[in-house]
Amino acid sequence: MHIPDGYLGPPTYLAAYAACAPLWAIAARRVKESLSTRRAPLLAIAAAFSFLVMMFNIPLPGATTGHAVGGVLIAIVVGPWGAMLSISIALVIQALFFGDGGITAIGANCFNMAFVMPFTGYAAYSLVSRIFPSERGKTVAAGIGGWVGLNCAALTTALMFGIQPLLHRGADGRALYAPYSLWVAIPAMLLGHLTLFGAVEALITGLVVRHLQRSSSVWILQTAPGEGVR
Amino acid sequence: MTDYRKLWVLLIVLAMASPLGLYLPWLLKAGSAWGEWGVDEVKRMIGYAPAGMEKTADTWKAPIPNYRLPGQENAPLSRLSISYILSALIGMAGCGSAAYALARWLRRRKT
Repeated sequence: MHIPDGYLGPPTYLAAYAACAPLWAIAARRVKESLSTRRAPLLAIAAAFSFLVMMFNIPLPGATTGHAVGGVLIAIVVGPWGAMLSISIALVIQALFFGDGGITAIGANCFNMAFVMPFTGYAAYSLVSRIFPSERGKTVAAGIGGWVGLNCAALTTALMFGIQPLLHRGADGRALYAPYSLWVAIPAMLLGHLTLFGAVEALITGLVVRHLQRSSSVWILQTAPGEGVR
Repeated sequence: MTDYRKLWVLLIVLAMASPLGLYLPWLLKAGSAWGEWGVDEVKRMIGYAPAGMEKTADTWKAPIPNYRLPGQENAPLSRLSISYILSALIGMAGCGSAAYALARWLRRRKT
């Protein structure tokens, strides 16, 4: 889901940077106000965790690969704004040091994986866990949240790819950047994420939440007031 | 807090297991992620290299491209695994320290 350099035209990647700038500012303010000193190291652990999870390429046999992001698990632990900061850090380091995701596309990749994913996934988690407030209900809610978040991110990524041929074509009709239309990009991106990659994300999110609920480290899940969305 | 130490140890274990992310796609013959092809691959798929893509794809030269240490680009999978684990550890350290620095900076601005 890491958009490389050369796939998005300047209007798209600049717009994505412009969208992320205020979101990063809000995230910084929220995290500053809400994150207690005691929980601050979780932000670092979350960034490192997200970086590592994304290294586990999951193959769709004979076709493409994808990966989980851990974005909703992180949102459950440090709040969606904290998730925005920590996943952004992981994405910036992936782009700068490892060429995973483009430099021009950092805004776009952060928008999809550090904003869309934690917020949509956390909303789904909150909704489901309000309906089923038991511990088991929260486990299932976490899994559903992971699946929803990853797929929303895959969808916005596909939209960014898919609008390129609409925006940029040479005089000869050839694409200048990402060549595939929305009708190709959306099904191609969602195919793997609705199924295998989404299932892995759901499993990781659900299983870690379940494990934390039963461990002596259950405090990790006990979000400080104010860490949530509002 | 010992809980934090435990979590970091778990992450290091995860980093050691990261070559799974190389071997599984290789075993099951899966190619690049959708939309993350190199320019050559795109050219093979659609018959031409999009002009804007060709011009901007190499905007940035990452020091460890694709989690492969310099000189290891064409190494066998077993050797790439070592690169991959080292990359995982470097990335972890980078993410951890950047996030710590950010958290500290934010806390200092609080007062």
